[in-house]
Amino acid sequence: MYTLTGFELKNPTILAAGVLGTTGASLCRVAREGGAGAVVTKSIGPEPKYGHPNPSMVKLDCGFLNAMGLPNPSYAEFVQELEIAKKDSGVPVIASIFGGNPGEFAEVAEGLLPGQPDAFELNVSCPHAEGYGAAIGSDPCLVEAVTAAVKEVTNLPVWVKLTPNVADITAIGKAAEAGGADAVVAINTVKGMAIDIESGYPVLGNRSGGLSGAAVKPVAVKCVYDLYAALEVPVIGVGGVASWEDSVELIMAGAAAVQVGSAVYDRLDVFSEISSGIEAFLQRKGYSDARDLVGLAHEAV
Amino acid sequence: MLPLNATIDKIIEESPAIRTFVFDHRFEEMEPGQFVMVWVRGVDEVPMGLSRKNSITVQKVGEATAKLFELKEGDSFGLRGPLGKGFSSPAAGENILVIAGGVGAAPLLPYAEAASAAGAKVHTILGARSGGDLLFEERFAAAGDLDVTTDDGSKGTKGFVTDVLKGLDVSTYDNIAVCGPEIMMAFIFKLLQEKGVLEKTEFSLHRYFKCGIGVCGACCIDRSGLRVCKDGPVFSGAQLVDSELGKYARDASGRRVKI
Repeated sequence: MYTLTGFELKNPTILAAGVLGTTGASLCRVAREGGAGAVVTKSIGPEPKYGHPNPSMVKLDCGFLNAMGLPNPSYAEFVQELEIAKKDSGVPVIASIFGGNPGEFAEVAEGLLPGQPDAFELNVSCPHAEGYGAAIGSDPCLVEAVTAAVKEVTNLPVWVKLTPNVADITAIGKAAEAGGADAVVAINTVKGMAIDIESGYPVLGNRSGGLSGAAVKPVAVKCVYDLYAALEVPVIGVGGVASWEDSVELIMAGAAAVQVGSAVYDRLDVFSEISSGIEAFLQRKGYSDARDLVGLAHEAV
Repeated sequence: MLPLNATIDKIIEESPAIRTFVFDHRFEEMEPGQFVMVWVRGVDEVPMGLSRKNSITVQKVGEATAKLFELKEGDSFGLRGPLGKGFSSPAAGENILVIAGGVGAAPLLPYAEAASAAGAKVHTILGARSGGDLLFEERFAAAGDLDVTTDDGSKGTKGFVTDVLKGLDVSTYDNIAVCGPEIMMAFIFKLLQEKGVLEKTEFSLHRYFKCGIGVCGACCIDRSGLRVCKDGPVFSGAQLVDSELGKYARDASGRRVKI
């Protein structure tokens, strides 16, 4: 068992926000069939939102580009899905939330409390939704205020998911910590774009979006490495994780656990595959616990 | 995979609201029942079942399809696919029942033709509002036996595909493939469940797709959590027991909307 911000996980792999998290049934399937140690919901906001026109996600040779545009049914409608996930998934369920200001974040968090999430993850990092996500997450003052506003309305652990699209991610991480964050999650997608050369049209309906998958893993490793050195609170690593080797690398950079997103494209049971891979690695190397690996790269130099 | 550029070779007016767009790319590896994401540039990208290796058959229902209907031969759109899981492969000697309602005939046509080519015996029940709305009547007839129903009785049996289905001994079929309006599919599902033959049925579902490649989760169905875009769109009847079929679907925001 792994303890993370006060609750226990059967393994250190977590479903990332925005992936297979729109319905309670889908979250349950990722936990039960996929083997995830915990699941994070789709980012939920104050009002129903349809998101951007399609194409909203395309596969590239090096990863994936997406611009969903925060589609969500609103917290009022999502509570029933959260209840299903809590009842049947058998794992901790973290509610990802977003808003346009600290008040909206607090409203959404309070609105989801009846669904009894195990923690909140604040989306201050979506790179392609005007007025939301990274629009807030690039400003340390706003990040601190949003975090504090959610901490004000709940005693549950609050994770803050950070964008790599800033000059210094540690400054944002410190702001989250100052606001009372129990953990930070790094990274959200890296700004990106693809153009259809036959027509000149940007491929994504939103024109540009965020890059995920293999291409961003080195960016995630560097961000996690820097955040681990700069912060007191745990760092949860995410970005391009598709194997136990990727996970161990992020853990050695300083991640207390890893999230997996785009890799569900290839197989849903990537979570159980990663956790058994980590177990085998620990055994081979003679470690008693994955905690022994956290931040190892900082000691190795 | 980025969308490939497909140029429209030919547009066939199937009925006032349904057109077939034949394009210059052939998806040789397609399984009948698979779909493509059709990108009408600058507007939207929507899923469409392949009606042949090189065509989609589209009913004008919304903004994207309306824009698609403005395109002419020689114009182009983007295509990603073939995606999802199609109908199971028919084998020689099998007895196949195809039940098609409205534009639901589109993904079933290549299935009926593949079944016939494989040496299976194909029986199709093809339904539409009226005679002018019947899709691919001649090609279904060429693939095997054909029963036609129309709501207004202008051709074939007056009534619904289920009226013909009720008169059949469904135990004689090895596979029953269904696609059409959800109310029709839910009715057929119930009927075939009562007859205890769900394990040899397949239903092609339609839901709102966002990513189309099995990652975002917008099209997951209750209570299984299966993704219509990747685990489907074709599901066995057994997979749909206690499902949302015929009850509700989710809109683009994820809200449940009654069917």
